[in-house]
Parts: sequence; C-alpha cells; structure tokens
Amino acid sequence: MAADNQGNKKRTTLLLGGLVALMFGFGFAMVPLYDLLCQVTGTQSIAIRAGMGKGPAVTGEIDKSRLITIKFDATVNPNLPWDFGPEIRTMKVHPGEIYAVNFVASNRSNSSVTGQAIPSVAPWQATPYFSKLECFCFTRQTLKGNERTDMPLRFMVSPDLPAEIRSLTLSYSFMRLKPGQEAENETQTLPAIAAIN
Amino acid sequence: MTTTTMTHDEAHHHDAPTGWRRWLFSTNHKDIGTLYLLFALTMMFLGGASAMLIRMELFQPGIQLLDPDLYNNLVTNHALIMIFGAVMPAAAGLANWMIPMMIGAPDMALPRLNNLSFWILPAAATMLLLSFVVPFFPGGGTQINTGWTLYPPLSVQVGMSMDFLIFAIHLLGISSVLASINIIVTLLNMRAPGMNLMKMPMFCWTWLVTAFLLILVVPVLAGGVTMLLFDRHFGTSFFDAAGGGDPVLFQHLFWFFGHPEVYVLLLPSIGVLSHVIPTFSRKPLFGYNSMVGAMLAVATIGMVVWAHHQYTVGMSLGAVTYFMIGTILISIPVGLMIFNFIATMWRGSMTFETPMLFAVAIVLMFTFGGLSGVMLAVVPADMQYHDSMFVVAHFHYVLMPGAVFGLFAGVFYWLPKWTGHMYDERLGKIFFWTNVIGFNITFFPQHFLGLAGMPRRIVDYNVMFTEFNVLSSIGAMIFGLSHLLLLYIVIKTIRGGQKAKSRSWEGATGLEWELSSPPPFHSWTVAPQIK
Ligand code: HEM
Ligand SMILES: [Cu+2]
Repeated sequence: MAADNQGNKKRTTLLLGGLVALMFGFGFAMVPLYDLLCQVTGTQSIAIRAGMGKGPAVTGEIDKSRLITIKFDATVNPNLPWDFGPEIRTMKVHPGEIYAVNFVASNRSNSSVTGQAIPSVAPWQATPYFSKLECFCFTRQTLKGNERTDMPLRFMVSPDLPAEIRSLTLSYSFMRLKPGQEAENETQTLPAIAAIN
Repeated sequence: MTTTTMTHDEAHHHDAPTGWRRWLFSTNHKDIGTLYLLFALTMMFLGGASAMLIRMELFQPGIQLLDPDLYNNLVTNHALIMIFGAVMPAAAGLANWMIPMMIGAPDMALPRLNNLSFWILPAAATMLLLSFVVPFFPGGGTQINTGWTLYPPLSVQVGMSMDFLIFAIHLLGISSVLASINIIVTLLNMRAPGMNLMKMPMFCWTWLVTAFLLILVVPVLAGGVTMLLFDRHFGTSFFDAAGGGDPVLFQHLFWFFGHPEVYVLLLPSIGVLSHVIPTFSRKPLFGYNSMVGAMLAVATIGMVVWAHHQYTVGMSLGAVTYFMIGTILISIPVGLMIFNFIATMWRGSMTFETPMLFAVAIVLMFTFGGLSGVMLAVVPADMQYHDSMFVVAHFHYVLMPGAVFGLFAGVFYWLPKWTGHMYDERLGKIFFWTNVIGFNITFFPQHFLGLAGMPRRIVDYNVMFTEFNVLSSIGAMIFGLSHLLLLYIVIKTIRGGQKAKSRSWEGATGLEWELSSPPPFHSWTVAPQIK
C-alpha cells in the first residue's frame, strides 16, 4: 500500500499546487477581463443601455422653477505635489443657465510638474445632464515650480435632468502624468512616481 | 473491528520529542489538531474582547470610549480575527483530529506540511496584532478604518498599518491553502480499503468540499490584496479610477473570495451536525446521498453569486437579476440539508446532551438566518437593507449557529474521545443556555435596528435607536462572558473526569469510536477493512 500510495500523494499534491497557482493568476487575469466584460456586456453602464448618453443640447431655455445644488469636490493623488480645490464649495444653479467657477491649483514643489484632472459626477445617473463647456480637465496642465494658478470651469445643467435629482457632486481627481506623457517642452527627468502615504 | 492493532502503539513513541519540542516540531495529527484548537480558542477571546468594546461603545448614543477610527479598527479586527483566527483554525483543528481517525489512516498525508500550516498562524496573528498596535506609536500612521472588506480607495489611504494587515492576510491565506492541500491529499489517498467516496463519513465530505473551495478562492483574495499593495506603494492604478483602474474591481475580487468563504465557515459545522444528530437520535443520517449532492450544489452555485454583496454599485439590471436569482437558488440545496437533519430526528429516540442541544439550536436559528438572507438577496429590498444593522443581524444568525455553534457541538461531542474524560454535562447545559440566550438577546434586536435605518460600522447613532442598542449590549455581555464557562469546562475535562469509553456515546457510529479514548499516538497503524 505504501509504495504506490506515495506516488499518488505526490501527484495529487502537485495538481493542487498547480490549481492554487492558476487561481492566483486568475485574480490578475480579472483586471483585463473585467474591463472587457464591462465593454462587451455593458455590465456597469445602465446609463448607456437606457440611451441616456446622448447629452443635452444647449437650447437656451432656462428652467427658473428649479434650483439644483452643485457641490464641488477635489482630490489630489499623493503622487502629485499640488494643492488643488474649488474657490467655493457649493452653488445653487438653474438648469439651462451657464455658470462659471474657479478652481485654484498651486505647485508645492520647486520643479515643474504636469497633471491631469479626471472629472466624475455623483449620482452617476446625472452624468449625461452635466455638461462642461470649458474645463481645465480637457487638457493636461503644467505648473512651474511654486506656481499658483486659477483653473476656470464653465458648466451647465440640462433642463432634462430628472426631477428627483436635486443635488449633485462634481468631483475632480488630479493625477500626475508619467514623464512620457508630459508636454513637449518638459525636458528634465522626473522622479519615479511613488505614492506616499 | 480491529482492536488488536492499537496494542503496540507505544513502540512508535520512542522517537517522539517531548516538552516544547513535541509541539514545535510536531508532525502528529492529534498534536497539531490540539494546537489549532488552542490557537482558535485564544483568538476567539481576542476577537471577543474587541466585540465587547464595540458593544460597550454602542451601549449609548454619542462617542464615549472609542474614537471613530479606533472603533472601525476594532470592527475590522473583530471580523478578521474571528473568521481567520477562530473559526477557520478551529475547523482545521477538528479536521486534523478527526479525519485520519475517521478514514482509518495512521496520520495526515503530509505531516511536515501540516506542521508548517499551523506554525504560520501565530506569525500571521502577530502581524495582525501589529497592524492594530502600530498606529498608537508616533509616525505609525492611521488606523485601519475600512472594515474587513478593505475596500479602496479608503484602504489605499490608510497608513502603514494596512501593510501589516495585507502581509497578515497573505500568511493566513498560505496557511489555509497548505492545510487544504493536505486535507484533500489525505482524503483522496489514505482511506481504508473498501471505503469508497460514497462511504466516506459526512464530516470528511464537508471538509473535502471546503478544502477545494479554499484552494479556488483564497489565491484570488491574495491577488486582490497584492494589487492593493501595489497601488499603495508602486504607483499602479488597479483600483484608482483616476489612473484608469476601477475600485469596483477590488469588490469583485474580494467577494469572489468572500461569498464562497461563508461556505468555508459553514460546511465543516454541517459536517459535525451530520454526526451529532444521528448519534443522539439513534438513527442513521437521513439522505446521505442527497446531503452530498446538496453540498456540492451549494459549493458550485456559491462560486458564482458573489455580487449580491454589491447590488448598490450600479450594475446593469441584467447583472443584478442574475445574481439575485442565483443567490435565491442556493436556498434550495441549503433547505434540503436542513430537511435531512429534521428527517433524521423524526421519530428517533432523542436525548439532549450538550452537542445535541447545540445541533437543535443550529437547525432553528440557522434557518432563521437563511431566511433573512433571502430577504437580502432581493435586489430592491437590499437597496434599503444594505450596510445596515440588518445585514449584521443576518450574518451573525448564519455564522454563529452555522459555524461557531457547530464547532462547539463538535468540541463537546469529541472531547471525551480526545481527552479520555467525559465533560461535566450539567455545566455543558448551563453553558448552552447562557450562550444561546445571550446570543439571541444580542442579535435579534439588530434586525429591528437595521430595518429602522441604523447603519453598520458607525460609532455613533441616533437617539431613537437607544433602547434596542442597550438591549443588544446587555445580551453581548451575557454572551461574551458565557465563554469563560466554556474555557472552564474544557480545562476541567482535560484534567480529569469520568473515564470515557471507546464509544463515548451510546448511539455513535464510525471508525473513530473503534479507537480507544484517548486514541493511540498513531491512529490506525493497520488499516481497518470496510465492508
Ligand atoms: C440562504 C442563504 C443565504 C442568502 C440568500 C444570503 C444572502 C446574503 C446577502 C444578499 C448579503 C448581502 C447583504 C448586503 O450587504 O446588503 C449577505 C451578507 C452576508 N452573509 Fe449571507 N446569505 C445566505 C447565507 C449565508 C451563510 C450560510 C453565511 C455564513 C455562514 C452568510 C454570511 C454572510 C455574511 C458574513 C455577510 C456580510 C458580509 C459583509 O458585508 O461583511 N450568509 N448574505
Ligand atoms: Cu454572500
């Protein structure tokens, strides 16, 4: 019993070890697969399926009967040595009217750094009804060492915004761009991106 | 059957080390089983202490004892310690002790691996405790305020304590994967001649399935927390939307592990029940084949319903419908198991020793928890219940009876076999009643709190929730303190008591009862023949 059993044990052990390695790999394979799955099935995009992605037209008509509260939120990724935030935290707006608000960014470091702001709207159902006519997030932004600058945003909330949404949050997250992605005139090498906690 | 085989066990003793070396270098399944059980008991008191602090804070509205971050750190620790430190090692301890004896083997298949998988645990526990201690020191960073689910972006922002925790999770994962490999290899290769898979004792079956589940899902969790570590330190953006990643991906990876994990906690106890209920009903288990089938069905469907924990993240209607139907489907095989237990008791000549009392309590209370689970599985309802105290009540009603009481039943059932002494039945019953009553006072009111809108994982609450919280905290004191009695009973039984017969319970069947109590050093040196 002992001899052939020993071989069996070894085989089973190796098979199971292989299965463990496979599942560890599966976890990482989820990263591209997940994106693919979401694109193919639209799993996370009720908005697209419901045909909400068309975006509002600027009709010029203003809905004076409604006041929507807009909250501004700003985050800076730890890899970017900037301070960044809106000049005002909240605003009440009429759908259909165009408003402007300033964000202020300042570079805490001595060297010139390029970043990119990524916007998002919460609740996500409101996303297609919030249009940015002018935004610093459309392009990458470069600040020289210790430079401080205003970043303007002009926006409008569509009158088609569903009635149950009375307040929404516009959130910006500023990321540092990798050296390869920087604007042409940047020549000096940047330190490797490292998140500091 | 083969009583002659255990007379010469002393012959094998000569090379066995003694003193602390006996434990550190042990490759003996019983010694390692004992180590696992003692470790689990210690961790249960640690996890219990954090729960007591949580309930003391929630005794009154307002913030009395704990900072919000400290409170949430205790919530995190409580869950991780109980799941990875108490329930899983206790179940592994039972497996180590019982599997070789039940299948007629001398020991586990891979004894050195067995030693390793246990001794990783104290190291992991140390890491976990360090993650809690480090923020108290200057420069130690912030506390882990994420809850056991460790969702980013919050978990990316936590200080270095999170790195300790991630390392602890890696170690715990390695330990349980190694233990699982060992158990599967043992079960597949070391069964006594004539014991085919469909004659294997139920407890072994439940562990076979549990071990496979662990092997399939623990590596995925390990991958997930590794990505978290990379996002924290190496500039990757797996979970950072602004860098092209997606925080929801972490939730998928976590729950791909997390949902099967609840069956990992549940199944070994179902296995224990499948022995306890027939023994004290003096009838064979009703529907062995359907039991095995139901368990396989639970495990299979259980692998593909994880996103019922994420209904609120904005998945498409198709996806949530799929996850809802899948989740509700699971209650069919789970129900089948419960009906098998009831049918086993039906017209049996039942007696109610402590293990049986726990078994009956499990059948009643676990079913109740399953019912609140079906409520949570319904998408529109869960939009309200999600992240409320109702969820807390649900999972304590499934986990406490489903996992912990099952382990208690197993410990009382097999203590005479392990120690050679009967435990004090009167004390056992007192423990049962204080424990079960304390449990219900603690967690029943939390259903109402959740339905009324009290969120979980928040240090403070609205004054309108005060009464039920006071009740719950009082229950928690009774419940928590009752475990001291368990400790006393266990120590008392180890040190002495009425001698246990080989077949300690009159209605018990199975190979483990053919061995003496306590059993010889090597369980079955000559394999018994199964007819
Ligand atoms: C009929 C069977 C069950 C169903 C339909 C069910 C359903 C659910 C659902 C839908 C949730 C998510 C609730 C939410 O967060 O909004 C949940 C949470 C949970 N369930 Fe169950 N469940 C069942 C059985 C079990 C069992 C057997 C266990 C463990 C032994 C368990 C442990 C848990 C845990 C630990 C959580 C909370 C996890 C967390 O958020 O921290 N459930 N259950
Ligand atoms: Cu689940």
